[in-house]
Amino acid sequence: MAPPVQPREMGRDLARRDGPDKVRGLATYADETPVVAPLYCAIVQATIGRGAVTGIDADVAAALDGVVAVLTPDGAERLADTEDAELAVLQSADVAFRGQVVAAVLAETFEVAREAADLVAVTYRDDGHDVRLSPDRDDLYTPESVNPGYPTDTHEGDVAAAMATAPVTVERTYTTAMYHNNPMEPHATTARWDTSGGGHLTLWDSTQGVHPTRKTVATVFGLDPHQVRVVCPYVGGGFGSKGTPHVNVVLAALAARAVPGRPVRLALTRQQMFALAGYRTPTVQRMQLAAERDGRLTAIAIDVVEQTSRIKEFAEQTGVPTRTMYAAPNRRTTHRLAALDVPVPSWMRAPGECPGMFGPEVALDELAERLGMDPVELRIRNEPEVDTETGKPFSSRNLVACLREGARRFGWADRDPRPGIRRHGDWLVGTGVASSVYPTMAMASSTARVRFAGGRYTVTIGAADLGTGSSTVLPQIAADALGVAVGDVDVLIGDTAHPEASVAGGSSGTATWGSAIVEAAGAFRDKFGAQPPDDAEAEGSIQPNEATERYAMSAFGAQFAEVAVHADTGEVRVPRLYGVFAAGRILNPRTARSQLVGGMTMGLSMALHEQSLVDPRFGHVVNHDLAEYHIASCADVADLQAHWIDERDPHVNPMGAKGIGEIGIVGTAAAVVNAAWHATGVRVRDLPLTLDRVLGLTG
Amino acid sequence: MDAEIELTVDGRRRRVSVDTRTTLLDALRQRLAVASPKKGCDHGQCGACTVLLDGRRVLSCLTLAVAQDGAEVTTADGLAAEGPHPVQRAFLDHDAFQCGFCTPGQVCSAVGALDEAARGWPSAVTTDVAAEPELDRAEIAERMSGNLCRCGAYARIVDAVQAAGRDGGAR
Amino acid sequence: MRPLDYRAPADAAEAVAAVAERPDAAFLAGGTNLVDHLKLGVARPGLLVDVTSLVPVEITEQGGGLSIGAGVRNADLAADPRVRRRYPVLAQALLAGASGQLRNMATTGGNPLQRTRCAYFQDVSTPCNKREPGSGCSAIGGVTRQHAILGASDACIATHPSDMAVALAALDARVRVLGPGGDRTIPFVDLHRLPGDAPERDTVLEHGELITAIDLPALPMAARSAYRKVRDRASYAFALVSVAAAVDVAGGVVRDARIALGGVAHKPWRAHRAEDALRGATTTDDSYRAAAEAELADAVAQPGVDGGNAFKIPLLTRTLVATLRDLATEEA
Repeated sequence: MAPPVQPREMGRDLARRDGPDKVRGLATYADETPVVAPLYCAIVQATIGRGAVTGIDADVAAALDGVVAVLTPDGAERLADTEDAELAVLQSADVAFRGQVVAAVLAETFEVAREAADLVAVTYRDDGHDVRLSPDRDDLYTPESVNPGYPTDTHEGDVAAAMATAPVTVERTYTTAMYHNNPMEPHATTARWDTSGGGHLTLWDSTQGVHPTRKTVATVFGLDPHQVRVVCPYVGGGFGSKGTPHVNVVLAALAARAVPGRPVRLALTRQQMFALAGYRTPTVQRMQLAAERDGRLTAIAIDVVEQTSRIKEFAEQTGVPTRTMYAAPNRRTTHRLAALDVPVPSWMRAPGECPGMFGPEVALDELAERLGMDPVELRIRNEPEVDTETGKPFSSRNLVACLREGARRFGWADRDPRPGIRRHGDWLVGTGVASSVYPTMAMASSTARVRFAGGRYTVTIGAADLGTGSSTVLPQIAADALGVAVGDVDVLIGDTAHPEASVAGGSSGTATWGSAIVEAAGAFRDKFGAQPPDDAEAEGSIQPNEATERYAMSAFGAQFAEVAVHADTGEVRVPRLYGVFAAGRILNPRTARSQLVGGMTMGLSMALHEQSLVDPRFGHVVNHDLAEYHIASCADVADLQAHWIDERDPHVNPMGAKGIGEIGIVGTAAAVVNAAWHATGVRVRDLPLTLDRVLGLTG
Repeated sequence: MDAEIELTVDGRRRRVSVDTRTTLLDALRQRLAVASPKKGCDHGQCGACTVLLDGRRVLSCLTLAVAQDGAEVTTADGLAAEGPHPVQRAFLDHDAFQCGFCTPGQVCSAVGALDEAARGWPSAVTTDVAAEPELDRAEIAERMSGNLCRCGAYARIVDAVQAAGRDGGAR
Repeated sequence: MRPLDYRAPADAAEAVAAVAERPDAAFLAGGTNLVDHLKLGVARPGLLVDVTSLVPVEITEQGGGLSIGAGVRNADLAADPRVRRRYPVLAQALLAGASGQLRNMATTGGNPLQRTRCAYFQDVSTPCNKREPGSGCSAIGGVTRQHAILGASDACIATHPSDMAVALAALDARVRVLGPGGDRTIPFVDLHRLPGDAPERDTVLEHGELITAIDLPALPMAARSAYRKVRDRASYAFALVSVAAAVDVAGGVVRDARIALGGVAHKPWRAHRAEDALRGATTTDDSYRAAAEAELADAVAQPGVDGGNAFKIPLLTRTLVATLRDLATEEA
């Protein structure tokens, strides 16, 4: 790893470079890539939960004026690699879940494409489906590992014995719902296949990683990566759902290859996103806590049950944060999966940490209640000296500082712990706290190129800006690494024509790409010195960080919520939500604050509203649109603030920065639920915190 | 069935042939290459397609183009014809967006909402619906609730609209 | 979405004739629900007849009340000073609905005719008696949080989604209709139907009948009225339950009341039993609760895979009590 970079531009409050275009609507997203005479692709989805297509009558559709092609399992191109069953579109008649793609139409206009898709008549053999997640299923299984490669189970000491002997215990089950990422920009691709020179595929795709998408698409179609270019200057939000290519990307490419030379536009509808673009599994979390009367934990355990798809496994690492949060000699974490006839679950903002800090952080609040101890103090009392999982020291760990600073800002000190006693007009009011955590990661490989021409430095790297601010922050890093002013640096991202970069995932983007840029800048100066000639150019790649062998690395935070519950109707409001985070150096306070506030807002949304409701008779998400799958609206957010403490960590990367894209959503729901208990005395252990639940009218 | 209509889009008169099923949003995006309004849901559930139609904020995804022959449409791009609109400046100053996808709709909606407030229109959170409302944070948040933002910029959107309101952002 | 013809006739009579003569024709006004349904495949008209510029767009004084042209946009109606002063329940109901953008589009005539937001009705891949008579009701035993507790049938448990219509039902509004056979006037409370065994029919309007205006009678007590909407999101969401109420209170006694309920039935539910129970009752929570219980005596909860909607019965009681309490307090 390169030595620390001296911050001059890093840490400055700079406005987004893409802001002026974004407020006018001139930023170009995938579906509006300017191309000549595009065809529109419309999808036909399965209306059974499991079985097979027995017949497709596309004659009426194909005869419509303007229809160019109807793609079906019978006629569609055979893919070179179908190992990833999620991506093996139109390769067989099998239906693995309701909503799966069974046909697609290409037409000259959007209106005709949709009309034709409606006219494709599909008949099925219905084999019956099973989509019920329950911890009581007898076919739960143990995955080999959990995302992205953690051990499935961990055991230390004897939890059962500690539970049996401890003076105070909590043993409860908590659940989180099924969630859909729902970025505002639906998954979209504009694709073109050019046959000249052995064939070349261009995908203007909404993706969190152009190079990973290229790799997947090249594999699926048996193309050389150099035959595929993926371009993505802007992403209208992803939150993990654009971190891996879903079936829409493969279908867009397949469709384009069916009409060489013609550009094809394929944008999922909002409804289709509920079956085809990934989601977060619902979780059932059985928690056990044992403690001494002074609050010291003697045992902590979480047993997680969640779902995956029968055709492709994704095992969310829900139990993982419990491995490192608090000190306790006896510990257990387990994960069990039900493989169901459901769409394939995938990444959604802070996989593992987000659901996995709900049960534990509410259970701790219940423990504090039983102990008669302040919940902030209870957490401080269980602060570990080293990472309890690995035994390594933390490169920096400032959870306690976040809890103290949050308590100070929030006015926690004079809190009366008794629940259900504060009434302001018609509203019962309470406050709650929870911790946040997210691991500090970097991807193994990414490369950047620095070029000097005409008095300016241009850095190119196939990175992504999903609204995270990387287009603005990477120039700050580059400027400091080169020792020049940020105004003299341009950074170009989002194109496989640039050097290969990792996916924007795991809150690792800035750390990984920034490290590559630092290496490239170092190589550039080594080669050309301070006075480079025109067209001077050098590359650099992220290097292994030996410090990861000596230290555990995570960002921490604390969230404080004030909740008001209407005494008559049970309506829940969150008048205040404050977060304090310790995430190393904050590279740009303006974009960082937006990231953290945004994560907390999504956490608030998860706490109060979000749930994808599956009807087991049909096997689909019934509330598959934005009218019924509620995400927080503007009116749900009041005084919502993100702060941070000054944290210096020379070990994480040359910038000293930890990832901040995901930690904001971690712990929020627990803080809100804990505050609702303090307001009303009703402990809700199942999300979302709906008014009927807080009134005790629905179990 | 196709129909020929004329629209004034961001100050420019445009003739365009549309299918009778074509929405105003698709007419703009797919037939006139005006991509400022976005398609977030196509069913009136997110607000990303908000434009000003004859001066009022509407959802272009639920408006049939054929029914708008002769109408005047202003997108977020058109608002900036003579430099950033005060609302756009406020969005930039307050970092009231991240991915930018909902932003053009938010901007158009804010301009419409400030205009409605200036005319004394009440909202669902106005205590006395018969009285002239005062445009506080709760009023702004309610009036902007037809524009969803998954990046979670709401707190800063309210900051921006409040600031633009003080600066005469209705324009 | 099947191909369709579009016509913008010169006047309302021509529009009525145009729709009446084609079974697959439909009126187009604000479009907020119809265009949605075109895309979903729920509505498949072959002809749209645009009436936005053919129906009155004014609000006029009429016999101490107001006559609201069918073309008046929801936003303009909510902003009208006379409505805000004399019928605050209507202004509040309008403002509680949808979003600023949608209220700028939706019309007085169109809003009451919007169709249920039942997710199974809106998804053409699931059976629905309202969409396809005889195909069955998928909502029964499914996700039922948004569904009815009053007046439902074995064929349909959908609810009517309009907020505005709940206020109009409470205010004794009347609907003026132009049809192929001439004019008629329908009490607003009789406009919508209960599902019975014909849930495909939302209203008593015949094909080709066009709402031209909605009249509000003089109702002095409506100056003290309110709309209370309880929903799962702070804004931009349909009602779980809602209450439109106007009360005439003096000396600690309810002299008269107008109450309608939303989110609970196939139609805006005029609460005559609650009104009867309230007349002469004291202004106490006990009276209000007794009125709610009288109205909800026949309420039936729907079980569901989402936990069902049994909570709506106590929630509605609580909401009605709170609304009446606030109104009576305001009166005092």
